Amino acid sequence: MRPFTYERAPDALSAVKAVAENPGAKFLAGGTNLLDLMKLDIERPTHLVDVGRLPFAGVEEVNGGLRIGGAMVNSKLAAHPRVRELYPVLVRALVSGASGQLRNKATTAGNLLQRTRCAYFYDTTKPCNKRQPGSGCSALEGVHGAHDAIFGASKACIATHPSDMAVALTALGASVETLTPTGASRTLAVQDLHRLPGDTPQVETDLAPGELITAVLVPPPPEGGQVYRKVRGRASYAHGIASVAVAGGRVAFGAVAHKPWRAAHTEDALSSGASPAEAAEAELSKADRNDHNALKITLVGRLAAAAIEESKTRRVA
Amino acid sequence: MSSVKDWAAPNPITENRGGLIGKGVDRYEGRLKVTGSAPYAYEVEAPSRPAIGYMATASIAKGRITRIDTSAAEASPGVLLVWSHLNAPAQAPRGTRANPRSQRPSNPALASDRIENFGQTVAFVVADTFENARAAANLIEIEYAAEQGVVDFVASFDQADQPPGEEDVHIGDFPAAFAAAPVTVDETYESPVQNHVQMEPCATTAWWDGDKVTVHTSIQMVKGGQHALAETLAIPSDHVHLLTRYIGGGFGGKGQAYDDLILSALAARALGQPVKLAYTRQQMFHGTIHRPAVSMRVRLGAQPDGRLTAFAVEAITHCARNAIFTEHAANFSRNLYAAPNRLTGHRLVKMDLPGAGPMRAPGEAPGMLSLECAMDELAEKLGLDPIELRIRNEPDVDPETGKPFSVRQLVQCMRDGAARFGWERRNPKPGQVRDGRWLVGMGMAAAIRGNFLLPAKAGVRIDADGTITLRQGMTDIGTGTYTILAQITAETMGVPMEQVKVEMGDSNFPPAPGSGGQFGAATAGSAAYEAGMNLRKALTELAVGDPNSPLYGGPAEYVTFENGNIAIENRSETLAALVARAAPEGVYVEGSISPAADARDYSQHTYGAHFAEVGVDTVTGEVRMRKMFGVFAAGRILNAKTARSQITGGMIWGVGTALTESNVVDARYGSFINQDMAGYLVPAHADIVDLDAIFLDEADDKANPMGIKGVGELGICGAGAAVANAIYNATGVRLRDYPMTPEKVLEGMLAVGL
Ligand SMILES: Cc1cc2nc3c(=O)[nH]c(=O)nc-3n(C[C@H](O)[C@H](O)[C@H](O)COP(=O)(O)OP(=O)(O)OC[C@H]3O[C@@H](n4cnc5c(N)ncnc54)[C@H](O)[C@@H]3O)c2cc1C
Ligand code: SF4
Repeated sequence: MRPFTYERAPDALSAVKAVAENPGAKFLAGGTNLLDLMKLDIERPTHLVDVGRLPFAGVEEVNGGLRIGGAMVNSKLAAHPRVRELYPVLVRALVSGASGQLRNKATTAGNLLQRTRCAYFYDTTKPCNKRQPGSGCSALEGVHGAHDAIFGASKACIATHPSDMAVALTALGASVETLTPTGASRTLAVQDLHRLPGDTPQVETDLAPGELITAVLVPPPPEGGQVYRKVRGRASYAHGIASVAVAGGRVAFGAVAHKPWRAAHTEDALSSGASPAEAAEAELSKADRNDHNALKITLVGRLAAAAIEESKTRRVA
Repeated sequence: MSSVKDWAAPNPITENRGGLIGKGVDRYEGRLKVTGSAPYAYEVEAPSRPAIGYMATASIAKGRITRIDTSAAEASPGVLLVWSHLNAPAQAPRGTRANPRSQRPSNPALASDRIENFGQTVAFVVADTFENARAAANLIEIEYAAEQGVVDFVASFDQADQPPGEEDVHIGDFPAAFAAAPVTVDETYESPVQNHVQMEPCATTAWWDGDKVTVHTSIQMVKGGQHALAETLAIPSDHVHLLTRYIGGGFGGKGQAYDDLILSALAARALGQPVKLAYTRQQMFHGTIHRPAVSMRVRLGAQPDGRLTAFAVEAITHCARNAIFTEHAANFSRNLYAAPNRLTGHRLVKMDLPGAGPMRAPGEAPGMLSLECAMDELAEKLGLDPIELRIRNEPDVDPETGKPFSVRQLVQCMRDGAARFGWERRNPKPGQVRDGRWLVGMGMAAAIRGNFLLPAKAGVRIDADGTITLRQGMTDIGTGTYTILAQITAETMGVPMEQVKVEMGDSNFPPAPGSGGQFGAATAGSAAYEAGMNLRKALTELAVGDPNSPLYGGPAEYVTFENGNIAIENRSETLAALVARAAPEGVYVEGSISPAADARDYSQHTYGAHFAEVGVDTVTGEVRMRKMFGVFAAGRILNAKTARSQITGGMIWGVGTALTESNVVDARYGSFINQDMAGYLVPAHADIVDLDAIFLDEADDKANPMGIKGVGELGICGAGAAVANAIYNATGVRLRDYPMTPEKVLEGMLAVGL
């Protein structure tokens, strides 16, 4: 860890300004991702602005949906009665992530902005374009984990976004509300928050420097059942090999791309009456196939079909 | 030297009048541990505030350091010292012993510019804080001339050689018998590199007092650590006081001294202040040993009735080029099933990877993953129940040596286990049982693990207040050693547990070999028992010779020790009263144990049977445990609770072995892909549902005076194979490549049309 300075922001706007004005500054929320990466010398901020205690930690009812504070911790969000009632897919996604201890610290905003779990990103002795732009991508010809992207990858990076929560939020059509350095606020869909790697895998989102996520807005739940299914080697405390969120007619895949992946082709197929398997295939036929990922593509297809099927038996109260 | 017959005499442990032997007594040091007040090596209080070390490690697998620039690190805040091979203090050359009796040779750190494995320590920083030390270490610039190393195990089988000094074991004519056998299995099973991932990484706190060093370190072998440090620093071993009181898991990975021990001691000397140093979690993966990958070919030839006529288990494994170690994955099979024609042996590839070494049940743990699945495969071919197949091949005497068994209850374990587990529920035809989206299956496997007794000593003293203190240079790596030593001592002396103290993990105490190879309880415990018996003798003499004792003049052979009293029939006094009056300075005696001269005449093992029920997700190939049960026979059980915890811990590890645990070498870099516990997956609580184990009644009078045996490793032996067999029974997918991850299971399911 490099030496850094720390401040606790008194309010959102000063936090935004503090980060916008200092190119070495970063927001700190629960710290469960950022601090780990700092200890490993992967993240090297010179200044931390703590936004974990800003008063954005509640849930409000807005137009039949919910507004979730950016600083709300994952465990509280998953236990919130209205969230449990309206968005079981979100609850399932949240509790399938990380461990109880981590969820007690991890925040809504921090979870969205957590960085990839690509093993080469974590090992600072290896080339990695995301960690050190231009150094190369070790994963491309590396030990092919089940964690490689099957959608939207580039020659520069094949890493996936590891959040579970973001997959459910994508399926629910949620958006983030931010505060920009000018003091203006804007919203953008969760599915548009993250970028594909392209030539700049180090740039992960469309947020401007210093732009703070203040809330996540979830629209009223769609008609139909909600399901979250995650595949992983052990029964808990493991990142997914793949996941699928279904909320009514909306479907998103996790751990398949540099961002939570909205399966728009699957949704279209469903709305035109396709079977779950056909609908899954509609999206997966568009996957980037290579020598290593056929099995993962098959897995996601089976999982998506099963999750869609299961959603038909689930109804939100 | 004693004979095993001498051991058979009744004694306080076998009589167990106080009922302490076998009782599920709580852990002796449990309260300290759960309240966080047991100081581990990194947390002990040093005489003054320690400086903190941090190691920089190599980013290549093989080659040479061509340039190292530590100037930025030296100028970094708080830095007290920066060493590389250029300026590290002189140490004895690796592998040398100034004292031929040293148990471990010199093991210098930063000894040269050569890199022998990825993650090797290449520089060392000491600073006022951990953060400053680490920040400085990150500023060190190193250039290497890399060389191509041998890092790809599977691609290097052509370099596999007979391990030094070993030969294959041939009995009868295996090739002919195998060729003639009407039913055969010939399959190869792969088990991967595994890491110990102990909760507590290796760590040391060191300080000097003149020319003597005190080190608190996390190591399984007290003398080994003391001697390695003394040899490396070229100082007499009695100038090293090594303490290792609490150890957060060892599993074989802490059987040797690592750089934390050497560098903290060197730096504490150089700086004239205490220094502490711990490996980071990431550094543990390459900086310490691992279990090597093993490729095992099993060939079985059987008659239609199931009797084995041809039996071969051959293992190829690997070790570091300069640290020869053989994972003896075939050894266990030499004692398990009868078959007249046999072939077993090992081949070893020397590689440029970190050191391979012992990990819980070295040999059996990977080895049984092969044979115990092959037996399942053979049973299916023969149309026999897997238990029945094993029973039909149950030997009367050790199948390789012809020696009688001391006790062998393998068949009983399987029968009892089958009844309690509900084995009759198993449908022998695979892929038949569904529960919602799950395919459900059951599997079983046998367990065997050798039993050992090594030479050891123990000292015991009684003070005027009656407190009895057992002292031994033994370790408790979380297994329960403190507790069983307290039980043995209390039962031997006929006092309540509260009257006994146990002190261990100190090189000044009478030596014991430490924790490993499940020899700990038998070895350390027997020495403690002998010490206790000697104390009984000393106190008896004291009492009958003391005119002020009610026992005065009484016949020594009628003296009993019960309820804190020493007595001859109705004449008694408390031990405290006796000692306070007759030996107010206390009484100290020692005892020792060594294997009985004729112990080698018996084939001595611990046995068990594992039963597993799994569910396999038909969509994803995820395997989830539904139930696991084991029955074990391991001599007299000293503590029902800690023994069960050892055994179930081993079984849980078996689940990890079967389903998740593995490390993979990226051959381009010669490094492991998993370097933390988010990537290296050990079972979490949610993976372990209904899991339990019981022990059969047993006492092995050929093992040691108390008839006990080790239980530390037995639980893992065969456990993973039972899970693998259950996966097959659930799905009809026979995987032979551990661990059985969702990807592999799904691939197998796709291949059979699921
Ligand atoms: C061992 C382990 C296993 C895990 N397993 C899973 C898993 O299975 N599934 C899963 O989904 N997650 C998993 N996680 C990740 C965990 O969910 C994240 O670490 C956590 O959500 C991050 O939240 P945080 O509040 O701690 O973020 P921090 O670490 O504080 O911050 C993360 C990033 O977000 C930025 N940030 C924080 N708040 C704001 C804000 N309001 N506006 C703008 N930027 C902000 C920070 O600058 C930083 O870049 C795991 C983590 C660990 C350590
Ligand atoms: S996939 Fe992305 S994160 Fe992983 S090594 Fe390549 S560039 Fe780095």
